Amino acid sequence: MSTATLEPRVHAPRNYLNADYGWKSWLFTLDHKRIALLYLVSITFFFIVGGSFAVLMRIQLVDPQGAIVQPETYNKLFTLHGVVMIFFFLIPSIPAVLGNFLVPLMVGARDLAFPKLNLLSWYIYIVGGLFTLYSTIAGGVDTGWTFYTPYSSTYSNTQVTAVAVGVFITGFSSILTGLNFIVTIHKMRAPGLTWFRMPLFLWAMYATSIIMVLGTPVLAITIFLLALEHLFHVGIFSPALGGDPLLFQHLFWFYSHPAVYIMILPAMGVVSEIIACFSRKRIFGYKIVAFSSVAIAVLGFLVWGHHMFVTGQSVYAGIIFSLLSFLVAIPSAIKVFNWTATLYKGSISFDAPMLYAMGFIGLFTMGGLTGLFLASLATDVHLNGTYFVVAHFHYIMVGGAVMGYLGGIHFWWPKISGRKYPNGWAALAAAIIFIGFNLTFFPQFVLGYLGMPRRYAFYPAEFQVLNVMSSAGATVLGVGYLIPLIYLFWSMRYGPIAEPNPWGATGLEWQTPSPPPTENFSKIPVVTEEAYAYAEQEAGHE
Amino acid sequence: MSDAEAHLPEHHSGLAHQFEDLEQQQESDFLGIWLFLVTEIMFFGGLFAAYAIYRFFYFAAFEGGSHILDARLGAANTAVLLGSSLTMALSVRSAQTGNRRALVVFLIATLILGGAFLGVKAYEYNQKFVEHVVPGLDWAPEGEVLARLAPGGVQHAELYFIFYFAMTGLHAIHMVIGMGLLIWLAIRGRKGDFTPHYFAPVEVVGLYWHFVDIVWIFLFPLLYLIGGRY
Amino acid sequence: MSHIVVPQKTYIYIFLTLIGLTALTTGVAYVDLGPFNTVVALAIAFSKMLLVILFFMNVRNSSGLIRIIIVAAFFWFALLIAFTMSDYRTRTWTPAPDSWSSAPPTHP
Repeated sequence: MSTATLEPRVHAPRNYLNADYGWKSWLFTLDHKRIALLYLVSITFFFIVGGSFAVLMRIQLVDPQGAIVQPETYNKLFTLHGVVMIFFFLIPSIPAVLGNFLVPLMVGARDLAFPKLNLLSWYIYIVGGLFTLYSTIAGGVDTGWTFYTPYSSTYSNTQVTAVAVGVFITGFSSILTGLNFIVTIHKMRAPGLTWFRMPLFLWAMYATSIIMVLGTPVLAITIFLLALEHLFHVGIFSPALGGDPLLFQHLFWFYSHPAVYIMILPAMGVVSEIIACFSRKRIFGYKIVAFSSVAIAVLGFLVWGHHMFVTGQSVYAGIIFSLLSFLVAIPSAIKVFNWTATLYKGSISFDAPMLYAMGFIGLFTMGGLTGLFLASLATDVHLNGTYFVVAHFHYIMVGGAVMGYLGGIHFWWPKISGRKYPNGWAALAAAIIFIGFNLTFFPQFVLGYLGMPRRYAFYPAEFQVLNVMSSAGATVLGVGYLIPLIYLFWSMRYGPIAEPNPWGATGLEWQTPSPPPTENFSKIPVVTEEAYAYAEQEAGHE
Repeated sequence: MSDAEAHLPEHHSGLAHQFEDLEQQQESDFLGIWLFLVTEIMFFGGLFAAYAIYRFFYFAAFEGGSHILDARLGAANTAVLLGSSLTMALSVRSAQTGNRRALVVFLIATLILGGAFLGVKAYEYNQKFVEHVVPGLDWAPEGEVLARLAPGGVQHAELYFIFYFAMTGLHAIHMVIGMGLLIWLAIRGRKGDFTPHYFAPVEVVGLYWHFVDIVWIFLFPLLYLIGGRY
Repeated sequence: MSHIVVPQKTYIYIFLTLIGLTALTTGVAYVDLGPFNTVVALAIAFSKMLLVILFFMNVRNSSGLIRIIIVAAFFWFALLIAFTMSDYRTRTWTPAPDSWSSAPPTHP
């Protein structure tokens, strides 16, 4: 074993991983691939932090009377779970890890347009994260991840300011990432790589970046006003001075609804890559899939009022927001149909990335369809604030975004690490995650429909069976997440050496060695064909 | 990094390794700063939206609050800031034509005008403390000031002053950052870092400075000139 | 990114126009135009902004991409205001039924 691990190190050609050693070469690196790994380590850390809050919540809810903590603590658990998972895991997950690693490789460039800005964005993210961790240690925060006023500004005596500052700061990291991607995709594409030859992952990253650039600043100013009100006790969103609490919700959701698309669009991009590769086919309706990403990004900005149907929002505004929310379903459904059509008559192989992608399609479809219930004015009155909402957005964010993220990690892991992972274990993990996820969250649809409200530490005894099912599922899901962590870590040292293109995929990132050299390409490539030219590739082999 | 540079056809001063040529780099810098300004538009946009809604609700109170401010001082300050935009534009032009001396002179002139603007602003802030119309820190309007605020409701006038301080304060922070950048440019300009082929930093900072000016162009009528002064 | 050197005179004329507009907007504030005071003030501010963007920021000589980006930013800002206002302007169209209030309904 020891020779097997030492050998490649002696013979390995220079790549971005062995180009330099020592902590300085990582913390001061300007290489987008190394920065991607910095993000990978940090978001995994935050995923574990956020996940442990979820574990505690599921333990609590095994017993109708609450198994372990008091309601005050429970409020902090669900708040920190939300804040950490959304702002510190989901939003940076695919863009900052896979996007950072792949955007320059896919466009055929040596790096992103602004490498220093890229490193800065990671440091900003870490500083924001430290504020949030500090608030956790200093007593937590109990407002819910949405920080609704006037509770957050006037009444809550928890660490609202520290978390607000953390979220505010982290926002700039995502702004800088988005800005970097847009400039890179516009200005640094390799010769011949026209817009309609780009892989769909790049289209998805471009659409995501638009949201990051246009939406995040509004969150920043909203959080700024909230902090101002909290610190100086002035009434910006407080009815006491004639302020309107709903204005906070408007401004907050102007960013935070599109933020859902920051999480799901990149996952859709990953799935497009995987489906095409493991069906050995061109994506069905490439242009429509590409435009649907942009359509989702744009329409996603016009639906935020559906979070406010049961507040004092005008019903007339509600009708408009409801209608527009239904419209978002169209580009989303187009994607699902086109992936399915791509599978049709494809030579499908069920490697681990494909299993995650298939899981994504099923779970995202369920999450999306239940979203229509919530976008309807009347049914939302019944379902708002119940576990139905919780189940719905977990199907999108965990069933969708996390599945897509894991699929992407498995797909590009040989490129990132230069090693292969054991496919059997990976397939097993995908199956366990899929089963565990459904066991955790499907009962929550039922619970919500039966009327169990979210964010309570106790519940009536008749809901116990479904809650225990959910908690049991969470255990399975937790195990499912641990397995990839172990074998991916294992593969970095003991996995078989990966060839440049282990899946036989198209795309510039597969034309460079695994792992790629620091400068990505010894010679800037020239693109002569469309993305996903699998048919041509097969023909070429014969 | 040196590996990558070895592959470049020509090594030009100021060309970063990830770009193929200076033109690609300049276009990227230019697109980058404009996208940054887009985020700034949305950042101030959220604030302007909140302002618009409260002004729509409490017009009389906002009018009363606005009349506490000295419109002539605001107008004079607007002129000072517009002047700094002129000198900034002329700095970029000097960099373009390769006139190093004029570049430094115009940058310093911009800096001085920016400083003058902030000086007037500081004086105005001080006046608010004298009049006790600083929400959260010193809010106790009395006498003539109270009489002016009363028709629209003193509480709602407080809302006006929150926006006054939040908007002008954020604007002032942007000015301070801009002035820091101007100092950096002046030092680099003096050293001769900029040539007619490479002056992107001057242009980028210039765009930022003009943007901050535009914010003030809107803040002036929205804060100082509500409802007329007749 | 333009390589065109704009004559110094242009900048000075634009500056003088901007000063003139500032004087105008201040002056108009002292004339009673009713609700049009706000309209005029915003119109003048908008023209000043256009002058700064087109000349000082030299968008006149910029690429179409930059122009699209600027227009998109203002369009998104307009969306934020318009959709938020759609709530505030229509909130009172349907008043809450009297029976919803716990206090006895009062009619002026």
